Amino acid sequence: MDRSRWSGADPSRGQNVLEASMADDLTGLDTFPKLLMHHARVRGDLPAIREKDLGIWQTWSWKRFADEVRALACGLAAQGFKRDDHLAIVGDNRPRLYAAVCAAQALGGVPVPLYQDAVAAEMAFPIQNATITHAVVEDQEQVDKLLEILPQCPTLTHIYYDDPRGLRHYGQPQLMAYDRLLEIGQESYRRDPAYLETEVAKGGGEDAAAMFFTSGTTGVPKGVVLTHHALIDRAAAAAKMEGLGDRDVVLAYLPPAWIGQNIFSYAQPFVTGYCICCPESAETVMTDMREIGPTYYFAPPRVLEALLTQVSIRMEDAGRFKRWLYKHFMEVARRVGGAILDGKPVGIADRLRYALGDMLVFGPLRNVLGMSRVRVAYTAGEAIGPDLFKFYRSIGINLKQLYGSTETSVFVCIQPNGQVKADTVGPAVPGVELKFTPQRELLIRSPGLFREYYKNPQATAEAKDAEGWFHTGDAGYFDPEGHLKIIDRVKDVGSLADGTLFAPKYLENKLKFFPYIKEAVTFGDQRDRVCAFINIDMEAVGNWAEKRNLPYSGYTDLASRAETCDLVGECIEKVNADLAAEPEIANSQIHRFLILHKELDADDGELTRTRKVRRGFIAERYQALVDALYAGQDKVHVEAQVKYEDGRTATISADLAIRDAKTYSPAAAKRAA
Amino acid sequence: MSTPLSAQAQLAQEARAKSGRPPIGDNILEVERVSLAFGGVRALTDVSFNVREHEIRAIIGPNGAGKSSMLNVVNGVYHPQQGTIRFRGRSYSDMHPREAAERGIARTFQSLALFKGMSVLDNIMSGRNLKMHSNMLMQALRLGPALREETAHREVVERIIDFLEIQAWRKTPVGRLPYGLQKRVDLARALAMEPTVLLLDEPMAGMNMEEKQDMCRFILDVNDQFGTTIVLIEHDMGVVMDISDRVVVLDYGRKIGDGTPDEVRANQSVIDAYLGVSH
Repeated sequence: MDRSRWSGADPSRGQNVLEASMADDLTGLDTFPKLLMHHARVRGDLPAIREKDLGIWQTWSWKRFADEVRALACGLAAQGFKRDDHLAIVGDNRPRLYAAVCAAQALGGVPVPLYQDAVAAEMAFPIQNATITHAVVEDQEQVDKLLEILPQCPTLTHIYYDDPRGLRHYGQPQLMAYDRLLEIGQESYRRDPAYLETEVAKGGGEDAAAMFFTSGTTGVPKGVVLTHHALIDRAAAAAKMEGLGDRDVVLAYLPPAWIGQNIFSYAQPFVTGYCICCPESAETVMTDMREIGPTYYFAPPRVLEALLTQVSIRMEDAGRFKRWLYKHFMEVARRVGGAILDGKPVGIADRLRYALGDMLVFGPLRNVLGMSRVRVAYTAGEAIGPDLFKFYRSIGINLKQLYGSTETSVFVCIQPNGQVKADTVGPAVPGVELKFTPQRELLIRSPGLFREYYKNPQATAEAKDAEGWFHTGDAGYFDPEGHLKIIDRVKDVGSLADGTLFAPKYLENKLKFFPYIKEAVTFGDQRDRVCAFINIDMEAVGNWAEKRNLPYSGYTDLASRAETCDLVGECIEKVNADLAAEPEIANSQIHRFLILHKELDADDGELTRTRKVRRGFIAERYQALVDALYAGQDKVHVEAQVKYEDGRTATISADLAIRDAKTYSPAAAKRAA
Repeated sequence: MSTPLSAQAQLAQEARAKSGRPPIGDNILEVERVSLAFGGVRALTDVSFNVREHEIRAIIGPNGAGKSSMLNVVNGVYHPQQGTIRFRGRSYSDMHPREAAERGIARTFQSLALFKGMSVLDNIMSGRNLKMHSNMLMQALRLGPALREETAHREVVERIIDFLEIQAWRKTPVGRLPYGLQKRVDLARALAMEPTVLLLDEPMAGMNMEEKQDMCRFILDVNDQFGTTIVLIEHDMGVVMDISDRVVVLDYGRKIGDGTPDEVRANQSVIDAYLGVSH
């Protein structure tokens, strides 16, 4: 096949990774359709994709998958889909939708997966932007949405649906059942069996392989164009690092329109030949995961947190003996679990204790979570609380963090086995170059970088400079071992009066990891030291107060109690101790704090609707409090208007205590460590 | 025997044809001058109405109007003192519920009658009971034919589970499910009989708005997909007026109105019954 294209595109890096990582020789297999044909040849009978249907796991082997793609691609071609066309794909994780992704690529087209839970209006922009003509969708729900926006999207002329339920009586000329498309394809394949092979051979690594629309919280969404080379190279680099092979199993349960899902359940299986499993429905993910027992797993922190909450709740309901057992062995796990997983030396007594715990508690717990067979698990997307992170590692699940984005084909940094820390995202994956601007913005150069933002040269030029560095907008630094640490968005990072780094969100996240602290707002930009507003978590602190027989009448009362101040003060001191150990931001230790008399609320404009703190607005609104913090007062009187949900307003007044928090000198922290 | 359609009913018929639901056919079930009394209490007095094939027919009325009694007469739980029930052209006046089931009449219950300790799957499987032919011994020994039969029935049940979107609770004991889901399981069990006529006794009682909307969708889907004729009792007027083709109104055991939702809404005696007029 066409090798010249590889050599045109940075052969040294891309190809070496590919050749070295796999048992298979993937030389020349520079597009996903070529990889599929390869797997159909060498491991045709191994499972490629599974889906639970009518209560039974149905398996497609690689050969079956390739047959499906061939028929589908021929069908699409017969329907007028051609090279460089865009194919919208809307739906949950379904084998047929993954086949559609590959079929589009086989014809030299570009699949554009869209979020299946987006409302109709949100789909209009991508369809117009990418002049989408054909769409493969899951069911009636998606068909209805596309039909609704049809008047705004005149280019969309073909909609194919997988599940015909409820669509029997739809007469729109644009609609066609997936099964019918397949029949057309099979017919056309019989007439001209060589057609598709020629089309696949025409494709090369530098062709666009997929387009992902970024969510566009600021401004309109941008279509990120990624090439086959970028996706395959990154998928292979990470697969090599983790030693993934064709016996691995993944559960595909996150939205396919998200780049990560595409990497874990399309790009990587195509590179290594492992099998992905599609759950029956969103509600059955837990049960399906237990049945499948994936070996390779990704979950954003919120999913991990929800799982842990479930475990905790069920333990609360368990009998006394079981509760004792759980508590006892979790303590052992907390002490030595992480170290055992990292292969660090641990005393024989603790090893035995851990082994017993593994038999009685951790093993069954992993089994309940469906993680018995997990070899590698990743989390990413947002900061993960250290306790949450350590919980999973302590019970023997190899959970690691990674860093990446749509524009970088995900894999930029991964924590290698044995070098896992709760607050970094690990060193660069082979092939990636990282550097920082003077403003501490992280720049990335990697074979996995995107080609462009579709039809948006201006945005492309802003994000990717002439030398090929991608400007992430993330601020961070390397820790002493060379692990990347992301602290905040560049635009939010400031500096203290002495010029050292001040990263408010990083501090606030650290505070919020304590269950007692619900929200935190830190100040320090252009000032000599950092001060903070704290919102306590009513439920957690309320429980804490009840256990201590502290009476309180409501939030304001509880927040103003000296005991609560002490509690929060302890949390802040722990954060300060942590910060002192990090030379880059040791100066950001929190010197003074107060607990706000009311909860920050989106209705009052203090939070965004997605519950992000609006720091500037709060600083303005509570100017008097900020001034008091910096003026060294130990008390401040406050009156504030609050808006109730029914629109009425009222005034709350209170005296707030201002406390000093203990800070540590960096040197002392080092000695202690 | 079918009565000529009113102008409004005709319009409704046309709208229905456009939406693609199966066209309403001839009378499938006729209730003729039925009277039912328990001792001195007259539950139903001289009630007649008909149900056409593929339609959704609602029975409404204030509390104690005799709605549930009417359903119980139709599926043979009560035997009326007077009058006949004519189902698919055959009339009968005393039929056992099992016979009704064998002839294709299934029902759900106002107060759920599920097996609380059994899983969702087993509950729905129990709806296939009438269709199983292998005897107990063969089933107990798991002999070939019994196994094959079970597999076939399980497939039907799985399709229903898929249809009503209850996959996540397949193995959950019914007693642990929230009320709205239990109602769905009840419907699933009735569907497992593959009935011609489905009697629903207050399918939406005690549900919140979202559960009601789901249930409405499922009822319309059942009617559309399988062409099942549906007779339902419901208190939520919004639901009744939205999904039914025709409505019978009972009050104190007598029929006081019959027609399309619009006709019934405009009927003076119906308004009186609901708003209260001295009798």
